[in-house]
Amino acid sequence: MWKDKAMRLLMLSAASTSIFLVALIFIFLVKEAAPFALKPGLDALFDRQWIPVSFVQERYGILPLVTGSALVTGLSMLFTIPLSVLGAIYIAEIASPVEREILKPFIELLASIPSVVLGFFGLVVLAPLIKSLFGLGTGLSALTGALLLTLMAIPTVITLSEDAIMSVPRAYKDASRALGASDLQTIFQVIIPAALPGIIAAIMLGVGRVVGETMAVLMVTGNSALMTWSPLAPVRTMTATIAAEMGEVSFGSLHYQALFWIGLVLLAVTFLLNIIAQRVLVRYGMMK
Amino acid sequence: MVETSIFPADTDHVITTRQVNFFYGETQALFDISMDIPGRRVTAFIGPSGCGKSTFLRIFNRMNDTITGTRLEGEVHINGENIYENGSNVVRLRRKVGMVFQKSNPFPKSIFDNVAYGPRIHGTKDRQELVEIVEKSLIRSALWDEVKDRLETNAIGLSGGQQQRLCIARALAVGPDILLMDEPASALDPKSTIRIEDLIGELRNDYTIVIVTHNMQQAARISDYTAFFYEGRLVEFNATKKIFTKPREKQTEDYITGRFG
Repeated sequence: MWKDKAMRLLMLSAASTSIFLVALIFIFLVKEAAPFALKPGLDALFDRQWIPVSFVQERYGILPLVTGSALVTGLSMLFTIPLSVLGAIYIAEIASPVEREILKPFIELLASIPSVVLGFFGLVVLAPLIKSLFGLGTGLSALTGALLLTLMAIPTVITLSEDAIMSVPRAYKDASRALGASDLQTIFQVIIPAALPGIIAAIMLGVGRVVGETMAVLMVTGNSALMTWSPLAPVRTMTATIAAEMGEVSFGSLHYQALFWIGLVLLAVTFLLNIIAQRVLVRYGMMK
Repeated sequence: MVETSIFPADTDHVITTRQVNFFYGETQALFDISMDIPGRRVTAFIGPSGCGKSTFLRIFNRMNDTITGTRLEGEVHINGENIYENGSNVVRLRRKVGMVFQKSNPFPKSIFDNVAYGPRIHGTKDRQELVEIVEKSLIRSALWDEVKDRLETNAIGLSGGQQQRLCIARALAVGPDILLMDEPASALDPKSTIRIEDLIGELRNDYTIVIVTHNMQQAARISDYTAFFYEGRLVEFNATKKIFTKPREKQTEDYITGRFG
């Protein structure tokens, strides 16, 4: 009897670990970031410059970092969405079984490449290419980062979109064909609209992945904290800032606290994206 | 099989098949079926599950083409045209030969968009024209009065019987002359079934209807001609009255009297 109870308790605690950890991380982030809100106050975060180390005047504006992240993410989605959705349509609807058997493992392989390794690829292949293509002084730019992130987002978005397309009942397809619709008409006017909630959720999760990615962007975006919307300019993302500066910051300083604020903002964004994606999936019955 | 014709002398045969064999991969599903289906009549296909009646029905609008590894031998003519000839136009065929499926399958779109789907893919863009087609089709399928005030609501919210009548309206909207129905009422409650049967009664004067059913009473109620299939073969085809009163074949009699199936 006591064995059952002990086992139950053990499994319950194992299952609750993740909840506990998430709560702990959140509390820890807030605790480290909080003093900043009192002095110098939260409006310091809305400064347009990020100069955390200075002999004159430190500036802790995270806006350039937010725009950096937004620019890289937005650009990346510009490539990711069409590539992934078209790819998913092909794999789910058009590819022969043999083609599917070849394509799917490669997509999964792409997902398993460590981001640092992709970073190397970006640094050695992509950056020089973009440099010469656009005649830039440096190939380390928002565009370079976005392209690299596209490689990372594609597997997630393709796989989930494909699931969404596959889960469209065959009966819709039959009905459409029986009315004389071509395969393309059936795909774009019946299957895609029916799978759209799932595809949107897939894109959301892809965005979450891209916003949170650190290593690759740190290596190829040039890391200059400038407020810009130019794809060819070097930018610095929120994640890269934390990764690059956390090691050298003096513990408990304003700079240190500001970095935690960046962490909180990141957490909030990814949390929100995940919630929206889950909601969409549940609402349209694509996830129980 | 056709010693003395089972049809009146002036019958116009809209669908004719000659020595049709059909294969799923290596498995032969239909054997040597030759049949003449009269226009503007209701023809019912009956037989136990797996006898090939649905497969045979799906030959008439080439829906079996969508299953990989299928093969057809023999000839199928619809309105005089060999529909399996190279270069035969499947899109045009399916405009002329509508289909209603066993399980109602409206698209997750509005009622209006469901009915307008067919005309739209075939190029009708004019809103007024679409409105007219939708109204006409829904009136024809006896659904108009129930949905005329909520054409923009999602079709998924309709009851099973309404959904099936919507599917019939959707099929009618592209202007077919033949309607194939694959057990259209088998998933419906008795009351909805009666409505579908009444509807078939109303459509019979304007359309050639071929209906697969495993409900023999239904076949007896609604059809003019009945074909009995067994193990991929056409066992007997005759006027419905004859099939159900004096079947020629022992197998037919055993089936309709409920001895097997």
